[in-house]
Amino acid sequence: MIAIKKYANIAQLQSLIALFFMCLILALMADNFMTTDNFWNVMRQISVNVCISVGMTLVILTAGIDLSVGSVLALCGAITAGLLKFGISIPSANLFIGFTVFGAVIAGMLAGGVMGLVNGYAVTRFKVPSFVATLAMLTMARGFTMLWTQGHPITGLGDSFGFLGTGWLLGIPMPVWISGIVVFVAVILTNKTRFGRHVYAIGGNENAARLSGIPITKVKIWVYVIAGILAAIGGLLVTARLDSAQPNAGMSYELDAIAAVVIGGTSLAGGRGTILGTVLGAMIIGVLNNGLILLDVSPFWQQVIKGMVILLAVIIDKSNQKDE
Amino acid sequence: METLLEVRNITKKFSGVTALNSVNLRLGRGKVTALIGENGAGKSTLLKIMSGIYNDHEGEIFFKDQAIQFSRPKDAQDLGISIIHQELNLIPYLTVAQNVFLGRELVDRFGFLDQDKMNQKTRELLHKLKLEVAPGALVGSLKVGQQQIVEIAKALLTESEVLFMDEPTSAIGESEVDVLFQIINQLKEEGKSIVYISHKLDELFALADDFVVLRDGRVVGKGIMNQISRDELISMMAGREIQVIKKSEKKSSDKRMLRIQNLWLKHPKNPQRPILKDISFDLAEGEVLGIYGLMGAGRTELCESLFGLHHRILTGTITLDNKETSFKSPIEAIQHGLAFVPEDRKKDGIVAGMSVGKNISLTVLEKVIKRGLLSKKLESKLYRKHVESLNIKVNDEKQFIRNLSGGNQQKVVLAKWIERNPKVLLLDEPTRGIDVNAKNEIYELISKLATSGISVLVVSSEIPEILAISDRIIVLSEGQITAEFGIEEATENKIMNACIPESMNK
Repeated sequence: MIAIKKYANIAQLQSLIALFFMCLILALMADNFMTTDNFWNVMRQISVNVCISVGMTLVILTAGIDLSVGSVLALCGAITAGLLKFGISIPSANLFIGFTVFGAVIAGMLAGGVMGLVNGYAVTRFKVPSFVATLAMLTMARGFTMLWTQGHPITGLGDSFGFLGTGWLLGIPMPVWISGIVVFVAVILTNKTRFGRHVYAIGGNENAARLSGIPITKVKIWVYVIAGILAAIGGLLVTARLDSAQPNAGMSYELDAIAAVVIGGTSLAGGRGTILGTVLGAMIIGVLNNGLILLDVSPFWQQVIKGMVILLAVIIDKSNQKDE
Repeated sequence: METLLEVRNITKKFSGVTALNSVNLRLGRGKVTALIGENGAGKSTLLKIMSGIYNDHEGEIFFKDQAIQFSRPKDAQDLGISIIHQELNLIPYLTVAQNVFLGRELVDRFGFLDQDKMNQKTRELLHKLKLEVAPGALVGSLKVGQQQIVEIAKALLTESEVLFMDEPTSAIGESEVDVLFQIINQLKEEGKSIVYISHKLDELFALADDFVVLRDGRVVGKGIMNQISRDELISMMAGREIQVIKKSEKKSSDKRMLRIQNLWLKHPKNPQRPILKDISFDLAEGEVLGIYGLMGAGRTELCESLFGLHHRILTGTITLDNKETSFKSPIEAIQHGLAFVPEDRKKDGIVAGMSVGKNISLTVLEKVIKRGLLSKKLESKLYRKHVESLNIKVNDEKQFIRNLSGGNQQKVVLAKWIERNPKVLLLDEPTRGIDVNAKNEIYELISKLATSGISVLVVSSEIPEILAISDRIIVLSEGQITAEFGIEEATENKIMNACIPESMNK
């Protein structure tokens, strides 16, 4: 019975143990794994996936999916970079609007929110399955990115913007701060607010939630908007770190995000899962990526191993559920 | 008497908890055996063992005196043992015929599906069961009661010798019950052995030859049905004497709480066949209005319409507390003081994977918020309040609601509405699939709520239930009100007569 009561944490505990053993093995096998530099390196690398995965967790908790996050990340990064570098000029009206870093960042996040809004509208008002609606957005956002950048990277964005991706504050890299704040807010949101409870109820049983007076449409739209904004934040981090907005940034990031969510014990059927589980999932993927590189495993094998880890994680999670 | 199926010393544990404790059972040819017990007594578990769904049990199973061991449900099916589950096991996106033949599809000589033959055979089965549905109709488009009959058709398809029926009448109307009983008696004469689980003791007395009573996983009594009284059976099940039906004395006020005038609900696809036709009635403050009707009479749709679920195809006037209203969604209905306990608890009532505590607070989250955040303390307080006042049997606040018995789940659903203190409470089959004890508790609760001033509208397909709890009874038939009785003048016969559709009288 005790095991049942504590089930909510079993998945996390297992993830934590898995992560621990991975680190242990890597520490023994690769000399340069257990170094401060490498630690921050891994943390910085996973921070983008953490941002996206947190949004993905919310969407998946409502029994939806968001495939568009990778493309949204690219488009928002490109919008921010373009506005920062070129501003908006309308020669016919003899008008030029320049952007500060702050303005460009806000504009990028707004763009992400708007794309999420479109996803949310399609899913709720027009009853398009989330898989299809966000698949369409994936394609459209990538197309817009190509149009906006003309297919070329936008580079040279200035030091103050670059600080977001490469800077340090109080001994901690900026991307880690940002993703940490995202996680903190998301944990509060899911555990401590009405909105969070509504998300779980909708994913658990949408009929019962509707009959209990939960505003299904509103909650779902917000979930996609948040996922869009978090993808945009991921885009800012990527762009700032490279000092460049790449038109093909974020390709297949949605898959890494889904993997992190699933490894973290969130059910694709909705209603069950946690933000912290997802963070652990993202860390497992991050450490695995890093370790395989340090061990000089061929990139082809890296993919095979990553796939196997995802499969294994879900199998273990399924057997947890049976015990319930 | 020839024994078809026998189990000896069956013990089954679920993660350490004993669900069955050395159970012995013997099923004779041509006999209907009533398997009786409260929810959680182990009836369903026993059926699952005897039909090969669970195979990690202790004890032996004999079929026609041969020791057998099932490793999967198909082993039992192959021997001619079929089970009709309490929870419907149908695929909504497949047609009736496809469901009936699922896993036993007929093929022609080229190996392709022989759809015509399957449709034909299904049509015959449905005809035998008096269900007027095309074999090509999607199961998802059928009502729960109709689906239940499809499930029975599925079991009849295989020439089963042993048939388990787990609450087969929980969702079907009285006329369909009669058909089912005819079929069961026919099967009995053909020499089949039937195990029948039901909470409705009247059915068991009408149908069964033998009985077996389970309590807490043990057999506490067995014998011949017509040698035992109803009260004896009930006290065996419960282990104590209980009052079967308790009727409280109360008076409704004169204040009109809800007035329905000329309510029409269009059929979403067929405008020629309205679901509700010109429904008008009043509901006084603190009154319990019973609505009786057969499956498809429009009972559920009436509740749903009042709760704002069909506003696009609904016409008529709804006046709540002297204000004309037209709810466009459940949210609006709830804000104006309505509450709705739906018929299908698992599908619409509970969030199965959430804790009991969270299910209770679902409708009143604003009450457990402190400084903008959900407060565990306030939520626990809410939980304790309702667990105590409704006597909900639960281990702790965090227990998943799906692990509760049906009666306790229903109490949780009621709790979340009681906390909102609604003006009008709509109850659609509030005691479906619930054991006798919990039923009585819910009846008492309904009358308590009414006494406190809540107007209650109860839909039920059990006449004794409706007679027991209502102040006034309306009978619906084919979307129309065909009779209205004060409780003093209502009798079982009058209600039955009023609910039979005209089309059936011809």
